[in-house]
Amino acid sequence: MLVLVSAWLMHVDGHAVDLDAIFAGISAAHPLGTDALGRDLLARLAEGLQLSLTVGIVVISIGGAIGISIGIVAAWIGGWVDSLLMRVADIVLSFPGILLAIALAAMLGPGVENLILALVAVGWVGFSRLARAQVLALKHAPFVEASLASGSTAPYIAVKHLLPNIAAPLLVEASFGLAAVIIGEAGLSFLGVGVQPPNASLGTMIREGTSLMLVEPLLVIWPGLVLFMLVMAVNLLGDRLRDRLDVKAMDTHV
Amino acid sequence: MLGRLCTIRILQAIPTLLGVATLVFFLLHLVPGDPVDALLGETAMPADREAMRVALNLHLPLYQQYGHFLSGLFSGDWGNSIIDGRGVLDLIGERLPATAKLAGASLILALVIALPLGYWAARHAGSARDFGAMGFSLLGVSIPNFWLGPMLMLLFSVTLGWLPVSGMDAPGSMILPAITLGTALAAILSRMARSSWLEAMSSDAMRTARASGVSEQTIWWRHAARMAAVPVVTMFALQLGAVLGGAVITETVFDWPGLGLLTIEAIQSRNYPLVQGCVLIIALFYVLANLMADLLGLWLDPRQRNG
Repeated sequence: MLVLVSAWLMHVDGHAVDLDAIFAGISAAHPLGTDALGRDLLARLAEGLQLSLTVGIVVISIGGAIGISIGIVAAWIGGWVDSLLMRVADIVLSFPGILLAIALAAMLGPGVENLILALVAVGWVGFSRLARAQVLALKHAPFVEASLASGSTAPYIAVKHLLPNIAAPLLVEASFGLAAVIIGEAGLSFLGVGVQPPNASLGTMIREGTSLMLVEPLLVIWPGLVLFMLVMAVNLLGDRLRDRLDVKAMDTHV
Repeated sequence: MLGRLCTIRILQAIPTLLGVATLVFFLLHLVPGDPVDALLGETAMPADREAMRVALNLHLPLYQQYGHFLSGLFSGDWGNSIIDGRGVLDLIGERLPATAKLAGASLILALVIALPLGYWAARHAGSARDFGAMGFSLLGVSIPNFWLGPMLMLLFSVTLGWLPVSGMDAPGSMILPAITLGTALAAILSRMARSSWLEAMSSDAMRTARASGVSEQTIWWRHAARMAAVPVVTMFALQLGAVLGGAVITETVFDWPGLGLLTIEAIQSRNYPLVQGCVLIIALFYVLANLMADLLGLWLDPRQRNG
């Protein structure tokens, strides 16, 4: 059964990668047709897919780095620093994530940089909470105290001892976060506060396609399908990572 | 004991709400350059610019602007729309019922799908049926609602002609928006229901019940169901707030005249005071829903009271 599940997961995972390869290779020979302005749909899908992935990875990298640093600092120093940082996190978490991102992107103005900024502003919180909780659990572990006693500095301990030990749950968080950011980017672009025409984002393509739905339904079907597959592949990756890493974590405990 | 804990949680929400208000206040100051330029264009008459500056309190020093903003919030003066000068709270009040209706319908829909599905998957854990149910859940969390909406519209309104395309006046107009908004909720809740049911069934209490000869049926329905309900109820309360975030997109797709559509309209017309008001009111509901989830958890699960 387990083999079957993972085989199935592999298949869908591979599918996303295949899509990528197909787009790169045969877009000229097999176009999916063109949109209202005569632009090649396949080429735009490829561009949108690339944008989704780029924005997703950039946001998760920056947001992850900020969030993890804040989480480690909060847990390590404790006291009022911890209270203050976590209060800020609470405030960010008091908004539905997508709403805060929409409001920030709308105020900052259109463009990919502002879109990334808005998504990072929302995205770091999950990482910092998780990193903080993990570090709190490890802070008084014997190997950390031993390192401290032998004169290691706090940054050294953070990088050398804490980070490797909290990496697994953070990786899982990153993969689910990636799915959320990809949907977020497309959602913001769909609403018109993200990527602006004529640049292609899957979100702007769905928006344009929706308004032309009665004329050519394929223009809304394709970009959504690509987005859906991408998000599902990333979610599956997250599921699989979680299962794998949990098992591993349990093994080392035993 | 319980009362004291509840009071603490409620008091803890106050600084958070103050922080939320502060963040919303600073939203206006995120607009690059001069907000008045963004609103009127750089070629506007000086008199108009000055009037707008006064209307937005931008002529005051920052701390006074902040003071005005906060005292306005408490006295029910949330500023005025810069389009027609109407009170922001009035505009929000007009749109609230539509969003409440849509959110209510989608939450009910989510429950009706998720509880049986989660139970069914847990009952047949590890089998193809469980696999299928969780596959549906994966589809549900992965499908973007701004695509699901148009797809449903395409199928049921355009091709089959069964349901109205958008708006909320025609009969049946709520069905597609409610499905669009409820699908992700149903997916999340069914996953939650499955795992908490499984966890409850593998607990020591259930093992004891089984060992003492209680029938499997009774264990599932009387004992495990009660235990499994705690995380599901808490999750449901959390989703009460989250659904408002989804409503922004769903309402835009279906032209549903609620709070979410109002937010987007305000953004598109750069009606900054209205944007602030909408964001604030949604965050307020969200915080209240989270608080309620917290309190429900305390009430239902005595173990949480020690935390």
